[in-house]
Amino acid sequence: MLKAVLLVAPLALVASFSAASVKGGGVEDDTLGIDGARRAELLYVMEQDCGSCHGLTLRGGLGPSLHPELLADRNAAELAETILDGVPGTPMPPWRPLLEPKEALWMAKILKSGVLAK
Amino acid sequence: MNMWARLGIFLLAVCAITFMQVDRSQADELRGTGDLGVVVERATGSLLVVENSTDTILTRIEGLGDLSHASVVYSRDDRYAYVFGRDGGLTKVDILTGQIAARTIQSGNSIGGAISQDGSLVAVSNYTPGGVKVFDAKTLELVADIPTASKTVGLVDAPGNRFVFSLYDDGEIWVVDMSDPKAPKITKFKNIGLQPYDALITGDGRYYIAGLFGEDGMAMLDLWNIDKGPQRILDGYGRGEEKLPVYKMPHLEGWTVANGKAFVPAVGHHEVLVVDMETMTEVGHIPTHGQPVFVMSQPDGRHVWVNFAYPKNDTIQVIDTVTQKIIKTMTPGKGVLHMEFTPRGEKVWMSVRDLNEIHVVDTATFEKTKILKAEKPSGIFFTWRAGRIGL
Repeated sequence: MLKAVLLVAPLALVASFSAASVKGGGVEDDTLGIDGARRAELLYVMEQDCGSCHGLTLRGGLGPSLHPELLADRNAAELAETILDGVPGTPMPPWRPLLEPKEALWMAKILKSGVLAK
Repeated sequence: MNMWARLGIFLLAVCAITFMQVDRSQADELRGTGDLGVVVERATGSLLVVENSTDTILTRIEGLGDLSHASVVYSRDDRYAYVFGRDGGLTKVDILTGQIAARTIQSGNSIGGAISQDGSLVAVSNYTPGGVKVFDAKTLELVADIPTASKTVGLVDAPGNRFVFSLYDDGEIWVVDMSDPKAPKITKFKNIGLQPYDALITGDGRYYIAGLFGEDGMAMLDLWNIDKGPQRILDGYGRGEEKLPVYKMPHLEGWTVANGKAFVPAVGHHEVLVVDMETMTEVGHIPTHGQPVFVMSQPDGRHVWVNFAYPKNDTIQVIDTVTQKIIKTMTPGKGVLHMEFTPRGEKVWMSVRDLNEIHVVDTATFEKTKILKAEKPSGIFFTWRAGRIGL
């Protein structure tokens, strides 16, 4: 039961993200071929673990705020590179050992969509 | 929905309300607070008031804002918990009545706080904007505002009604004497090292030690010989080893001298460093399961308990402080975020975020004796902290 609740909340976010892109006229597959369970897991990691530095609401902490208006001048591919390689000289670690490149790209798109920003 | 189902739900609701009232009424009875504590529920912005004599949850307090990196200090009468929220909220919670006694949003983004030696002042360190603000512990009215151009970290209290903190961006340590609350006297130490990320003060209030993220080493200020300024200790630990990614910053708060040695998390190395407190030099390092986050000593100093950064955060390891060997590895579940010992350490409570559980573990047998349900639990803070310098 608890597991179900855990999974449902992030999945609802995934659903709303996909719907938003479709409305915006996006034609590519938003999932980037990542299955639903893994997407839910990635969202959970973003909220909870990225959240340790960037804030659960992504308003920042030791790391900067990741609200979409602050990411406007960077495209998803660039953000994905930052996620994968980190930012040398800062506490932002390279996530490449833990993420596929397409997963980082999917996360970057989630960030730009603002569905996690509160 | 049929009638029986409706009736069932109704009865459940009645039971729930009755139990809540039982919890509330407990707070009205005459009782002490020395075996109470709070558990932060990080995602829901709530706090559980718990009792460690009976391993029970007494009540839940809601409406504390973003608690994603919340920490807590206590009033010296063990009654009020001051909760420092990530969203800049400072909340004074009455754990006897389960009510919020006062609350203020004091900045955009804060990281932690401290209470003064005399218990009259509460200080908060901030990320955005930087600086430290000092409040009246009774009313939460602003007493002093100490702006900085940097994020402030590692804020602790020190004897002489002083607060000490570090400047993350500028690499400085500031000592603020609050003897006259209206006119804080600030002593600044520059060039202490790159990116101090957290700090601690030893239990005797003598040594303030800041961990450095930007280099392998720590900056130590001897408050009994403050004119000497900060000294570098553990310089170049892990030299020659490849630095590993750090997916969660270590904390220095649980750092305690155990058996004459201090046990501290390395940064970017999966090991716990052993420091001789006489010479302040590294005398050993213990390879661990992952990047250590909290390295916490039992009150008796016999064992040190360690949790780890993502993705190894499902594990706890226990180090014997005499042999300096890992004697136990356990896997409570994903997201073991924090541990707290009972006042004399016969049990340890640990929050297991992803299971939505608090585990109570017997420190002699390592057996789990109780599981409590909690919503994304993180920090656990018992009232014994009220009488400790630096906590």
